[in-house]
Amino acid sequence: MRREIPMIVAFVAGVIIILEFFVPALTPVSSRIQNWYLVVVAFAILVGAFNLLRLNYMKVRHRRTDWPFAILLIVGFFTMALAGLIGGIDEGTAFDWLFNYFVYPMSSTMFALLAFFVASAAYRAFRARTVDSTLLLAAAFIVMLGQVPIGSIWVPSWWPFFLSPDWLKDRIMDIGNTAGQRAILIGASLGVVSTSLRILLGIERSYLGEE
Amino acid sequence: MDGLTLLGTWIAAILTLCILSFLYKDNPFYKFAEYLFVGISAGFWVAYQYHNLLVPNLIEPLFGSAQGKGALPLLLTEGQFDLRLLTIIAGLLGLTMLFRFIPKLAWVSRYGIAFSVGLGAGLFFVVFLQANCLAQIKGTIIPPVVITDGGVDVGSSLANSLLIIGVVSALIYFYFSKEHTGVLGGAAKLGIWFLMVSFGAAFGYTVMARISLLIGRMSFLIDDWIKGTLIALGLI
Repeated sequence: MRREIPMIVAFVAGVIIILEFFVPALTPVSSRIQNWYLVVVAFAILVGAFNLLRLNYMKVRHRRTDWPFAILLIVGFFTMALAGLIGGIDEGTAFDWLFNYFVYPMSSTMFALLAFFVASAAYRAFRARTVDSTLLLAAAFIVMLGQVPIGSIWVPSWWPFFLSPDWLKDRIMDIGNTAGQRAILIGASLGVVSTSLRILLGIERSYLGEE
Repeated sequence: MDGLTLLGTWIAAILTLCILSFLYKDNPFYKFAEYLFVGISAGFWVAYQYHNLLVPNLIEPLFGSAQGKGALPLLLTEGQFDLRLLTIIAGLLGLTMLFRFIPKLAWVSRYGIAFSVGLGAGLFFVVFLQANCLAQIKGTIIPPVVITDGGVDVGSSLANSLLIIGVVSALIYFYFSKEHTGVLGGAAKLGIWFLMVSFGAAFGYTVMARISLLIGRMSFLIDDWIKGTLIALGLI
């Protein structure tokens, strides 16, 4: 029963959502359980945060590598969480100040750092050896050139419009990129639909974990 | 620039430099910023989800807010049953998730997980089928020859035809039930080319987005930090 009841819970929750599209009378029930879903998701985030704290506490307790930094992580967590829970998250609060001067600069620099690694990886991996890799390289180059002002500044007036980076970039995005992404989306959505069916019918049970 | 803003700008600048120091190699300054970032981000999400998910969907319906009484006070003081009382079920399902940390009772967490997975499966089933699969197929069923008042619009016709050929050939590439030989092999090869163009475009966009972030950080260091400090000190 430790596995069967959760499977029934999953089935009922999923089927109500699907049936709502065919039976509008079910909308109030569906909206209510979708709100419940948000509550459960919030608790899932708590589980993640608690797990992070537990792992770092163990790191400090057993004096593992980099344990002093783990103290910093715990202090950072409680500072931010308590600032938000006690003082609120509106503009002008301590939480807002911490977000503006800690979270935002660090997250944007982390992502900006990837520019270097992506460029370095591309330099090593991109070689126009085959038609496939040449197409990838050319598309990436044209899109990057078309995105920046210099891409169109150098184009002289007599240059054919269909060879300008701006025009080529738009065509690549509208035709090549749309076609590829569309095929991927259709394939992926069919995969999601079949996996959802497997979950609802109890064929896919990996989310229940080990007995 | 007031004192608190100046202090914040200095903290943000030092943390930015700490993270950028990783370009040299992994070092204690980077680790300092990395661990702080993870801790503060986790704290951010806990507080954010509490105010945006738990308060409006669990705490206010049950205990009330400035706008009105909650379901529990209504039941206890006036003996009135309010449908919002059912929110308790959501709270209990959420609480079951916390049982993951008690090994002997870890199985209880399956209720919360099963509910969220089942509901997510139901939601994705419909949303992906409607918004992605059917909408994308509908977007591909377009006229390969576009006729306007002045005759055939060659540009649009070519674009539409290429789009249809691209989608169909890329889908053929994803079809693995038959060996990719002959006509099917040729179509699959064409599909790979379209996919390569798509990946290249996605790569180009990603790189440009990252570069844009980097320019933003450099601009912050030069304008907000260095110039801002000099202005605050009255040096320029």
